[in-house]
Parts: sequence; C-alpha cells; structure tokens
Amino acid sequence: MGLQVTGLKVYYRTLRGDVRAVDDVTFGVEDGEIMGLAGESGSGKSTLGKSLIRMDSRMRHVAGRVDLDHKELPIADDEDMREFRFKEVSLIPQYAMSALNPTRRIGRMIEELLRSRGIPFDDVRSELNRRLELVGLDPEVLTRYPIELSGGMRQRTVMVLATLLDPSLLIADEITSALDVSTQRAVAEALVGFRDRGFVDSLIVITHDISLVYQIADTIMVMYAGKLAEKAPTEVLVNTPRHPYTQALLSALPEVGVRYEGKRLAGIPGSPPSLRNPPAGCRFAARCPLAFGKCAEEPPFVEIEPGHFAACWKAS
Amino acid sequence: MLEINGIGKVYRVGVLGNTRVNAVREVSFALGPGEVVSVIGESGSGKTTLGRMILRLTPASTGTITFAGKDIAALRGRALKNYYREVQGVFQDPFSSYNPVFKADRVFAMIRAGYFPGLSGAAWRTRVTEALAAVRLTPEAVLDKYPHQLSGGQLQRMLIARALLLDIRVLVADEIISMLDASTRIDVLNLLGDLKERGLAIVFITHDLALGNYISDRTLILRRGDVVECGATGAVFGNPVHPYTRRLLSSVPRLHKKWGQVAAELTEPPGRCPVHANGSAAALVEVAPEHQVACLAAGADQPCPDGVTAGHADR
Repeated sequence: MGLQVTGLKVYYRTLRGDVRAVDDVTFGVEDGEIMGLAGESGSGKSTLGKSLIRMDSRMRHVAGRVDLDHKELPIADDEDMREFRFKEVSLIPQYAMSALNPTRRIGRMIEELLRSRGIPFDDVRSELNRRLELVGLDPEVLTRYPIELSGGMRQRTVMVLATLLDPSLLIADEITSALDVSTQRAVAEALVGFRDRGFVDSLIVITHDISLVYQIADTIMVMYAGKLAEKAPTEVLVNTPRHPYTQALLSALPEVGVRYEGKRLAGIPGSPPSLRNPPAGCRFAARCPLAFGKCAEEPPFVEIEPGHFAACWKAS
Repeated sequence: MLEINGIGKVYRVGVLGNTRVNAVREVSFALGPGEVVSVIGESGSGKTTLGRMILRLTPASTGTITFAGKDIAALRGRALKNYYREVQGVFQDPFSSYNPVFKADRVFAMIRAGYFPGLSGAAWRTRVTEALAAVRLTPEAVLDKYPHQLSGGQLQRMLIARALLLDIRVLVADEIISMLDASTRIDVLNLLGDLKERGLAIVFITHDLALGNYISDRTLILRRGDVVECGATGAVFGNPVHPYTRRLLSSVPRLHKKWGQVAAELTEPPGRCPVHANGSAAALVEVAPEHQVACLAAGADQPCPDGVTAGHADR
C-alpha cells in the first residue's frame, strides 16, 4: 500500500535541450506517512510533486513508474489521470488564490466541481460542513466570495476541498510559505489532523523550510538538483544527517536563540548546477567539502540503515 | 543619529476615504552607528510602512523622524538628495527592483548619473569594485549581465552594493532575506553583520523571528501598528512578557524542538499588566532594564489581566 515511485524521470522540454528536473528518482511513502519533501528552489521538488498528479504541457515523462496502492498511475496520460485526480491523488497548491474561482461563491464552486466528477453536492454537504468546522471555519464561508476571506482561511478552505473525497495521497506544495507564523502553525497542524482522522492516507509536504516539516512530518526527504540526496525518519535526518548537503543545509539555518556574535553560521559556497547539462557523477560534488575522486561516479540512493537512505559515497 | 519620535501613519480607506486605519501608531526608537534594530511583525503590522516612512517614500501622519538633528519631513531638493546619500533601502523582491530589459548593472550607472556626475571612469570602476567586494561579489560574475542571468542572492547583494556606492550610514532592509534560499540566506545575513561592524546602522524589517534574533541588538515587536514589546534582543526573546510575543515565539517552527514543547515552556501566566497595574499613562512600561512592554490585552477589544480594555475606537 501507499505510494511507490520507481526510476521516475521528468524533464522540461526547452529550445536549448531538456532540463532534467526530476532525474531517476526512487522512493516510497507508506500508508499513514507524512513525508516532508525539502529542497531549495530549482531542486525539482515541486516538479516531482506536480508530476504525481498532473504534468503541464512543458513537462515530459521520460521514464519510470508510479504505483499508488498497487495500481499504476498513468501519469503520462492527461486523460487517463482524470479518474485518479481528486479521488485518489489530490493537491493543495501554494497559492490558494489560484485554486479558487474569484467569480463564484465558494459553495457554488465546490458544487460545480463535484458535479463535474458526477457526485451530487447533497451527498457530501454535511461532511463538508463538519470538516470546515474542524479546521475552524464557519460553514457560512460557502456563501462568500474568495476575496472576502483571509489568506489563512482560503488556504484552509482549499485543504478541506482537496481532501473531501478522502484521497489516498495528498500533495501539499509550499502551502504555508505565504502565511504568517501563527496561521502557518494552524494550517500545518490541520494537515496532521487530516491524516489522524483518516481523510488522507499519505501526505507529501513540499517545502523549502526544513524546520516546518520537522514539526509535522514522520519522514523527511531532501532533494538536490533533480536527485534525491537523503531520506530518513524526521528525528534521524535532523539529528544525524549523513549526506553532506543535508548537513550543510541544516547548519545554515538560524534558530531562535542563535546570535551572530555568538555563533556565526556558514552558508554553502557556490550554486547548484544547471539541470540542462548536469555534470556527471554526484551533482553536489562541486560544493561538497568531502568530495573525492570517486564522486565523479554517481552515488546510488541506498539504504544505509533501516529506513535511512542517502546518495553519497562517504555515507554508506 | 536616526531618531524616530512617536511616529504614526493613518491611511484613509473605503470608497469615500472616510474610514481611517492606523497602519502605525506611536512608534519611537533611536538608532546609532553600528546598531541593528529589527522590526518584527506579521502581515498588516505596519512594519513596511515604518520602513517607507524612514525612507520618506510615505509621509508620516504624526510624529517626527530626525536624522543628524534635522527633521526629514522638511528636507527639500539638495538636502533631500543628501539624505539619500546617507540613508538607503533594499526591498524584499530583488527581481522586481530591476528592469528586465536592461542589464543589471544599470542600477550602478544610475547612481553615478545621479550622485557622482563628475567622477572619472577609472575612479568609478574602483568604487564599484570596492562595493562589490564588500558584498562578496566579483565584477566578472555580475557586471554586463541581464537580471535573469543572475541568481536572487546575487541580485539582492548587488542592490546592497548599490546602496554602498553612496556613503550610507543607515540601511533600511525590508524582508531582504525572505525570497532567498536557505543556503544563501545566511551569507546575506552575515554580510549585514560585517557591514554593521563597519559602522552601518540597519533597520532590519522581517516577519521571521529567528532571522531578527540572529542579527539585531534591539527588537521591536509590532502588532497592528502598535509596539507590543521592545528592548534588547536578548531580553525580548529570552524573557518574552507580552502574550503576543509568546504566541509568535511558540508558533515559529524550530529544529530540535516541537511546537508543543515550546508552548509548554511559555505557559506560566503573564501576571499583572505592567501598564495598568500601576495606573501608568504611558503606552510602554519598562519591566526590566532595556525591556519595555505594552498593555497585555490579547486584542483591542479584550481586557488585559487588570481588566482594562484598550479599545482603540478606530478599530
């Protein structure tokens, strides 16, 4: 059960060649698991998330397969995926604004959406109201236009909508980055509540903020330049990371209480490689303090201890 | 050097402009050379308006801002231009500060045209190289390139270099870190630390408590235009008194500490309201050396522990 991604490659087609945004990625998400997917901009984390639900016209499925609950998802076929979207796989986009039709009252928009999936609104109405109350919204929001709600309220409305049909997999793409800290916490904790109540089986929470997923995720997976760098249970990844990129990323985070005078943190020198023509071997090698001869060969993403995967010659 | 005295901003909103919103109310602080003050607030707290008033991009409705003894609201013409030689701002989104049609180094050329028309080409090039070196960029890496060829971190550092071309004494940095990636964020923060050591005063505006804590000497916490707590950064973060500050601190996602754990550490009741317990008339009361707190009411219409409702009529 759960999600299994095997050898997935998703490239962007451009005039100057393919951009290898997701390049040979293999991982699994168990039933009931909340996986944090962390990485910097351009690491391919959003592309990976999007490819599990809908490829846009520039994206191309090159290789690999995706299985959800032992059924293969036809991710390359936009039409065939229609059956799975919203029912089996659902997405909460970064800007709830872009998910809500500004010209429709929210209730009407949800009604139309359900009708397009052949589900009568009245069948789910009481469940919808119950879930809105669960995330702290008055069901009265259904009679409002999106513009009348605050960012946090809109985000929670979209969360309820995305999970209304109890999908097996929910992908949350940077859903808290535009919110204030106190709203951020409420939204993040609501996600955990959805999992605990069984509205969703597994969750992928995409974020650039490792400390956010540390709060709510069971496992964290780190991506770098289109490749997987490391995946481990949350506490293990944060306390004993094995990949040098994860280590550098974590030590570059200023925490509350750390002061410039007391402890000067260091960033990671250099910048990620171009994904149009990525270097052979380990893609982090050029910025890595531990790089040695063998890094010219690509390190496999292997299990170095139970549940802890890393792609680094020095880690295994 | 820079003194802000009871500054406020009232915006008129609504169709007829007859609803008033206090974006900023009665904010005061002083900034000396080499000092960093962080202004922390959520969206709508008035932190950006405060920065814009210091930069004179928005006129203040009440109060005064004085720089080197002169009221900045009265500056005109040459005097205003001289003010901008010494006080500059850098903003959140580096991409929107550049015109994509022109090369990125045009921002430098505009400073030359505006402020150093008499300088020779060679002297100017030395100046640019020095400013770029101060932000740890090399001329080869960034000059003669279009904005899309540079990373967000490079563009943001070029904007800081642009400010450094002038002999600035105060930098207003409005959310300059939040668009950057984690690995380059800390470099820009450390850069601000180095500039501070060279005597630059910085108003560091942010919503991120961890960043404010890392870099600043003093901290102001704003809530809907009011300062709720301010003082030495160590005091405000080490011993937060106001329930709003505590709520912010307990909502920041941290590494190595879960939300529940942080909240549990901050549970002891706030005690009596420092403002109303002694019948003080001031908005902010000193609770410890270099640590001031406002009335502890959780909101404008809620009473503080001493039963006084702040009740600003205009909200």
